[in-house]
Amino acid sequence: MACIEARGLRKSFGGTVALDGIDFTVEEGRILGLVGPNGAGKTTALNAILGLTRYEGELTVLGRDPWRERDRLARDVSFVSDVAVLPRWLRVSQALDYVAGVHPRFDRGRAEAFLARTDVQPKQGLRELSKGMVAQLHLALVMAIDARLLVLDEPTLGLDLLYRKQFYDTLLNDYFDRSRTIVVTTHQVEEIQDVLTDLMFLSHGRIALQCSMEEFETRFAEVMVRPDGLAAARALGPVHERQLFGRGILLFDGADRDALAAVGDVRTPGIADVFVAVMDTPAGRDQGAAR
Amino acid sequence: MSVPSAVVLDPPVDAREAAPARLAPTRPLYWSVRRELWENRSIHRAPLGVAVFSAVAMFVHAVTMPSHMPGMLANDPLLAPGAVTVIYRVPASLMLLTAFIVAVFYCLDALSSERRDRSILFWKSLPVSDGTTVLAKAIVPLVILPLVTFAAICAMHTALLLMSIAARLVQGQGLASWWNALQLFELWGALLYAVVVMTLWHAPIHGFLLLVSGWARRTAALWAILPLLALGVIEYLTMNTMHVAAMVEHRVHGWYEEAFAIRVPESVPFSAPSTMDPGKFLATPGLWIGLALAAVFIAAAIRMRRYREPI
Repeated sequence: MACIEARGLRKSFGGTVALDGIDFTVEEGRILGLVGPNGAGKTTALNAILGLTRYEGELTVLGRDPWRERDRLARDVSFVSDVAVLPRWLRVSQALDYVAGVHPRFDRGRAEAFLARTDVQPKQGLRELSKGMVAQLHLALVMAIDARLLVLDEPTLGLDLLYRKQFYDTLLNDYFDRSRTIVVTTHQVEEIQDVLTDLMFLSHGRIALQCSMEEFETRFAEVMVRPDGLAAARALGPVHERQLFGRGILLFDGADRDALAAVGDVRTPGIADVFVAVMDTPAGRDQGAAR
Repeated sequence: MSVPSAVVLDPPVDAREAAPARLAPTRPLYWSVRRELWENRSIHRAPLGVAVFSAVAMFVHAVTMPSHMPGMLANDPLLAPGAVTVIYRVPASLMLLTAFIVAVFYCLDALSSERRDRSILFWKSLPVSDGTTVLAKAIVPLVILPLVTFAAICAMHTALLLMSIAARLVQGQGLASWWNALQLFELWGALLYAVVVMTLWHAPIHGFLLLVSGWARRTAALWAILPLLALGVIEYLTMNTMHVAAMVEHRVHGWYEEAFAIRVPESVPFSAPSTMDPGKFLATPGLWIGLALAAVFIAAAIRMRRYREPI
């Protein structure tokens, strides 16, 4: 069953088009990474999915209309939209009490187990906590909710490297199972490359690339080309080219692997490299200019 | 992508689907009210603070100027009608005023602070409807604050009572005639009635301020006052009348004259004994118009919370 289904999803603020009629489907049990530059429409798309903003076009989340049925949907959907939104007057124990009081699917024991791995103390007020600790608390609350869809908008912003790694490990090991669906946006794409099952690039309110990670790995190849092989490599039609330590690094979309292996070392590119290439192509620029 | 199998903490999928967890419908409302009390400690601190201050002030006044304080110390408890209860009634009216001021400031902030610190995104990530949240915020000035105020008044009166008894016993005065003149329980009955009618009378003010708080991007107080001020000025300039000003004034303190039969003209409510007149109050059109307006304002505030985004 599709967890999220969007057809012609459109949203504009005054004269600015944030989402320009996009179509996409997220099947249940997938982990979708939503990647795009600032202002690409990521947060608008997530807000529409969460029923926080009105939109044009068709959108169903877990079979429901998110704008009309937000209250009902909120039992099955949880989200971290930004790490800084827990109010500072709250105490850690009050946060646990409140979520336990209002959420039928919150497992307080789980949240406390997550917190036990951190320095966050139940008696502390959020004013006393560092930014990273507040984020840890928020994530502990959200991960203890037995939701069918989890939406993470820059979930690890402001967290240190160790905790970011730990967060994604926990997400995969303790939280994710095949009945859950996760949608995540982040600028730190390299951290989620191994986590994702699907990938979507947004640029100026449009989808610039949409594929599963299996497709991504078969479609895109990065070749580190020796200077003498550069002409031969260019003949194979790279979509992007950059220089690193005097060697050309060429990105190919759907090229023959054997042919690529003949001109240099072939490897799977990082999401960030493909992102830069896609945004840099005339097509990517046109999509932006077409607004 | 491989998914590690360490998902033992999760209940099986089928169990989750088959038995969706249920909460009593009132639980989110209860916890939403609790969170208002966590956030706004002035709801109990202000009435209690005024209670403590009043009790101490009255005691100091009685000790330093006994002739002004017949209720606590004078020999003849029946100097003037109600004189014996004046030290109980004046601080009580002060606390009613405090409750009103706290309610005004609470309402002005209630729906804007969560947008200002963006915590609204956290609250909205939980299955609590906008209706429940706004109702919880309306319950604070309409139910919680009146109850807290009445309890604080009773506590303050009890403290004053104990001080009076101690003072009178020390001076070797009897308690019987003084206690009979005091009629404390009748006063408490009248004050409970006053708290209820004041709250009902002020309901449209609270509803209006909640709506403005949900609508205004900043300076909600200004947005609440300016339109009324502008209306009043325009009215005065065009028609040379002051109906708007009179209406606002009547809405703020008209509850007392509408709900009590006042025997002696007085500037401060309860500075002289007045009798309750619920029949007159219930027959006042202003009460019912006000309650209808309050309902409209709260409904509009619920809608506003749904559409407004963080500031």
